[in-house]
Amino acid sequence: MITKRIIPCLDVRNGRVVKGVNFEGVKDVADPVEMARRYNAAGADELVFYDITASFEGRALFTDILTRVAGEIFIPLTVGGGINTLEDFDRVLKCGADKVSVNSGALRDPGLIEAAAQKYGSQCVVLSADVKRVDGQFRVFAKGGREDTGRDALEWIGWCVEHGAGEICLNSIDTDGVRGGFDLELLDAVAARVSVPIIASGGAGRKEDFLELFGHKGIDAGLAAGIFHTGLLEIGDLKRYLRANGVEMRV
Amino acid sequence: MIGIVDYGVGNLFSLRSSLQSLGLDACVTADAAALRAADRLILPGVGAFGDAMQKLEATGLVPVLKEQARQKPLLGICLGMQLLFEKSREFGEHQGLGFVKGEVCPLAPDLADPALKVPQIGWNALQIVRDDPLFRYIQNGEYVYYVHSFYGKFCAESTLAVSEYSIPVTGVVRAGRVYGTQFHPEKSGDTGLRILKAFAEL
Repeated sequence: MITKRIIPCLDVRNGRVVKGVNFEGVKDVADPVEMARRYNAAGADELVFYDITASFEGRALFTDILTRVAGEIFIPLTVGGGINTLEDFDRVLKCGADKVSVNSGALRDPGLIEAAAQKYGSQCVVLSADVKRVDGQFRVFAKGGREDTGRDALEWIGWCVEHGAGEICLNSIDTDGVRGGFDLELLDAVAARVSVPIIASGGAGRKEDFLELFGHKGIDAGLAAGIFHTGLLEIGDLKRYLRANGVEMRV
Repeated sequence: MIGIVDYGVGNLFSLRSSLQSLGLDACVTADAAALRAADRLILPGVGAFGDAMQKLEATGLVPVLKEQARQKPLLGICLGMQLLFEKSREFGEHQGLGFVKGEVCPLAPDLADPALKVPQIGWNALQIVRDDPLFRYIQNGEYVYYVHSFYGKFCAESTLAVSEYSIPVTGVVRAGRVYGTQFHPEKSGDTGLRILKAFAEL
């Protein structure tokens, strides 16, 4: 059977991997190419690269890093950050990305999802949504979690899937960096709404958090950054633990 | 030299890089003479069957592939594998290259477990049903990476390996010197590289 996926996320700024807590107070961790090698060797199922500052400062993606990673690591690569146009899709796909993650770019121009799905196929278009509770409602945030769009998250995600998003990367701002577990309430609500694969992001602190996550229907992958970067959780150990507890894993 | 058939479909960066990392020479080309001169051929592809077949026909390379497939190993990957079949039922009915007996059909209506998602995106274990030199460097049950909504059907006589997705989904086919993998060996980590290495030694 198809496995659940464990995905380390590399947030890149100025050619280095950084990881924030609640998207604030970013700390430098390491070289992205070296980290990609390390994660590939450890059994990561996929890698996600985000240029975390791109939507804020309009900075172009670090395509040279991507090219270097794609040139030696042969697992799926997803790239996000600063994806606003079809040309941005083209640019990162040519550097070896397999999937492109759109966030603020789709909020600004919702037609981008459909245009990209038509040109590259739905399997290539990942909708990344930063979600936070505001007045008892799940709201979509833009610009790396800095700006409340006022949009209902479930409506937005549902709309994007209808228009061609092939996968959802769901980041909970409320649980991000807290290491108290994934935002299962949010994940369940989205899983009940859409039938495309869902990548859960934000809140993983212990291996038990992943086991609990995969006990929830409709969740295909768990994504984390800090806990992997700091070595708090080793990907190989995590995957062996999950497999021993009945979760289908590539080990 | 491995000739990668260039017909404007798909992202060839990883395929080229993965062959390069194995120390294999490869060229991406739409030139009939270069494809004739190559030791073996790879037919890549992503997207929709009808559109891809149309683009392949527009290059004028279909007769070249038909002639070369008898003389040297050819590997179709993902949609490239599906093109090897007689026909596809993806958005209408389309004729394929006809190397492999069978049809390409939608996965969703055939799944025994309707809760499973389509496309199948992710890593699935490859169950070898018929041993072959292509599997020289892999073990039964190794994981490979799939992204697809359609699959090869009515092709039992050509099927070398399957992956379980509530039904056995065709993973690898072979007809003579023509091979096809539904999964992406160039995205299947070390397992995928070992499959490509075996292909280069066929």
